[in-house]
Amino acid sequence: MNTPLDTPRRRIHVQINGSAVVRDVECRKHLIDFLREDCGLTGSHLGCEHGVCGACSVRLDGAVVRGCLVLAAQADGHAVETVETPTPSARLRALQDAFVEHNALQCGYCTPGMLMAALDLVERRPDANREQTREWISGNYCRCTGYHAIVDAVCAVLEQQRAGRFADEVIA
Amino acid sequence: MNHPSEKPSHRDLGADLPAVTEDQRHIGVALPREGVRRLTQGRGQYIDDITLPRMAHVVFWRSPVAHMRITRIDRTAAQALPGVIAVVVGSEIAAICKPWVATLAHLAGIKSAPQYPLALERATWQGEPVVAVVAETRVRAEDALALLEVEWEDLPAVLETETALDPATPLIHPELGDNLCFTRSLDTGGVDEAFARPDAVVFEETYVFGRHTGVTLEPRAQIADWNPGRTLDEGKLTVWHSFQAPHMMQDLYCRQFDLQEQQVRVICRDVGGSFGIKVHAYPDDFATVALALMLKRPIKFVADRLESFVSDIHAREHRIQARIAASTAGDILAFEIDDLTGIGPFSMFPRTSGIEGNQVVNLTGGPYKHQAYRAKLNVVFQNKVPTCQYRGVGHPIACAVTEALVDGVAQKLGLDPIAFRQRNVIPDDAYPATGASGIKLEVLSHEACLREAKRVCDYDALRAEQAELRQRGIYRGIGVAALIELTNPSAAFYGVGGARIASQDGATLRLEPSGALTVMSSVGEQGQGTEAIFGQIAADAVGVDLARVRVVTGDTDATPYGGGTWASRGAGIGGEAVLQAGLVLRANILATAAAILQREAADLKVLRSAVVDAASGAVLLDLAELGRIAYFRSDTLPKHFTPELMVTRHYAQRDYPFIFTNGVQVSHVEVDVETGFVKLLKHWAVEDCGRVINPMLVDEQMRGAIVQGIGGALFEECLYDTDGTLRNGNMADYLVPMAGEMPDIVISHVQSPTKSSQLGAKGAGEAGTAGAPGAVMNAINDALAPFQARVASQPITPEKILRALGTLQGL
Repeated sequence: MNTPLDTPRRRIHVQINGSAVVRDVECRKHLIDFLREDCGLTGSHLGCEHGVCGACSVRLDGAVVRGCLVLAAQADGHAVETVETPTPSARLRALQDAFVEHNALQCGYCTPGMLMAALDLVERRPDANREQTREWISGNYCRCTGYHAIVDAVCAVLEQQRAGRFADEVIA
Repeated sequence: MNHPSEKPSHRDLGADLPAVTEDQRHIGVALPREGVRRLTQGRGQYIDDITLPRMAHVVFWRSPVAHMRITRIDRTAAQALPGVIAVVVGSEIAAICKPWVATLAHLAGIKSAPQYPLALERATWQGEPVVAVVAETRVRAEDALALLEVEWEDLPAVLETETALDPATPLIHPELGDNLCFTRSLDTGGVDEAFARPDAVVFEETYVFGRHTGVTLEPRAQIADWNPGRTLDEGKLTVWHSFQAPHMMQDLYCRQFDLQEQQVRVICRDVGGSFGIKVHAYPDDFATVALALMLKRPIKFVADRLESFVSDIHAREHRIQARIAASTAGDILAFEIDDLTGIGPFSMFPRTSGIEGNQVVNLTGGPYKHQAYRAKLNVVFQNKVPTCQYRGVGHPIACAVTEALVDGVAQKLGLDPIAFRQRNVIPDDAYPATGASGIKLEVLSHEACLREAKRVCDYDALRAEQAELRQRGIYRGIGVAALIELTNPSAAFYGVGGARIASQDGATLRLEPSGALTVMSSVGEQGQGTEAIFGQIAADAVGVDLARVRVVTGDTDATPYGGGTWASRGAGIGGEAVLQAGLVLRANILATAAAILQREAADLKVLRSAVVDAASGAVLLDLAELGRIAYFRSDTLPKHFTPELMVTRHYAQRDYPFIFTNGVQVSHVEVDVETGFVKLLKHWAVEDCGRVINPMLVDEQMRGAIVQGIGGALFEECLYDTDGTLRNGNMADYLVPMAGEMPDIVISHVQSPTKSSQLGAKGAGEAGTAGAPGAVMNAINDALAPFQARVASQPITPEKILRALGTLQGL
């Protein structure tokens, strides 16, 4: 049996919010713990640590993942994007604005993960209606709002997009 | 581009009532909260985001069984792991932290046993903390947990409330003599006579409410730091806490650790959801503080989700036999309930676990004008997680029981549920009134709310559609629930019972030299928008732009003393203190301007960040110039005049024990009678929280609370195995509502301001949770009516519906 101090480590290279990061991490460390503890990016939160609540949602090479179900080592050689990115896209900025405008957050703990899920919807399902928006964000729990205002905010950005607001920003 | 759907549709409500300030521009207006923009950028600072020098991490070894005698703890291997700082057992913590017994003098006869931060000889529920492991990192502490050796002997567990008081049932605390925590009886007289009347129609049912819990997305968390002096008296304790009531915890730390207020600072910054979960004093909280004292370094405790399920308070678990009598003419004559509730092995500190049952007794039948009422309550101990006050506290139960009975008897009488309620509610012109349970009701609006509910949901059209769809085998239901909710409590809630929980709150307002306004309040922010509404009130009270106001809360070193967030009191109590401080500051600004301008204060007004001539409106002095002179050129002011540009006012509501709010909710559901699945189609809520400060925030409080109520009604339950272990204590198996299954929720407002304050605001935080379970249960039973089937046990699962329909039988 390995004693805990024997846990293997590995050097990883990760692009995080546009910056190259090199760290030695325990192989057992999850991506969310790596971001929070090793990179100081505390904007993505731990809600359940077993892949259900979505509070730790971040983007790995553009796809939304649960930071608590991905190992940091799995991000080696890949790009990670969190809500703290210093260069938010126009769509992310529009979602942040809409969340404030519609009061689509109360305590704000789920919000960073919720925004990542919403951004994914706006980019991938531009024609989503209200019901599809509800379905899409169902992997992200919010305990405060009752979801109505979140759906309002996301649908408002979808409509802005359909009206051509982000036409000059190509989705990566 | 400004697409129509970008803007929320919240109607400003400020003009619907007489203004409370001279130039009211913010109160009653749906203003977004600029203060939360940083949270959308990931710039919040929740407890686990904070790192301090020297900080260590604690994890707890918790009892894996419902009831056990600890026979051996071997910490050698755990302690030997590099990075482990200490492995601490209960007796070591007990040496510096006193035990507590949670009782209240006004809950006559309530009893509990002494409780310690860590279990001593016995652990009495699965999840009770037993051993603390402190290490340099969280992961190292968790590694060490696996090396800890604890041996125990299983003890019989008391789980069922029905048999908890049987002589054959083992006693959880033998020294108490029985497993009864609290009992209460109430009888107005006339109940038997009412039920025996020849024209009485009686409806009777037994209601069951499962245990559920709050599931704050940020778990309970804190960092305790002890800065030692030469003696205990010289040390300083600072606790960063994810909590609702910082002054209450300051007081409790003082009492349990023999400290004084000047030694203890509690800081509550960003709090990731609370809902009542974070207003109680938990054993692991005291243990964390004790470890900081022992180890003289900051100790961080963050519950992980699995331990949240077995250590956060649970709530509900009531079984209520209930009946109602109404005359054939359609008048409610009497209610009777017998409530049995299980609260775990201890009454929870310091609010006690007797309050929820007590509320059920006080509130059942609350909206109605009957005079005869009888209630019995037994609150029993059991070996499960302790229960205590969680959003709604008794209201969801009282409302669901009342409204199910009202629907049941209306159906027997062949009367429409809304018409029957309109006939029986206490009329809007009858206030102040006293309810049958003795509760004092200042001013309510049941009739207006029922009218608005009927209008806003297009009730007659819903009924017509329902009838038509039934012909096609589609079973929809419309459920109505009227409710009352107690808010703005006086000292009658806790203070009179001996609990040092403040019913008053304070606000300090300071005009800064540049004309900005700083508001410091003892009521804090957990997401509901407290800081936003305090800003709106302060801006109007003083006469400045909202953009020039900042609000500071959540620091016992910086704010006035007060109760914090509970019982839907932030707006009504904390808001009134802000208003009063603002009005005095405005007068002080005018006095200062009068001194500067050599004018009579009565001829001046503060208007939009300037002092103006009251008659002409001409700007005489802007507040930045006033501030410059007041703070930096006192030499130019009259010799005996000192500007007082910082004002503190406190407010406690003392006219009534509580200020009640009311409302009506309507739930529209479709039941699939083949599968038992319920689809929530839409939900309407008409609410009357008195003067609305910010309609958007009230809407969102209502919606969030309704969804928590729906969670309890349909999904959420802490399911215990026969051995007393929790079967679904994780986020995957414990079902909280998700976006896809929740309906759109339409909110309407009726405003009946309380006269107990100048602001006239009542609370809005819990009414949603109070009404939703009753409305949804009534809607499901309405949908099932063609089958003569009823459900009365929450959560109402597909299985229970199929059993009610008779399509699922046996085990």
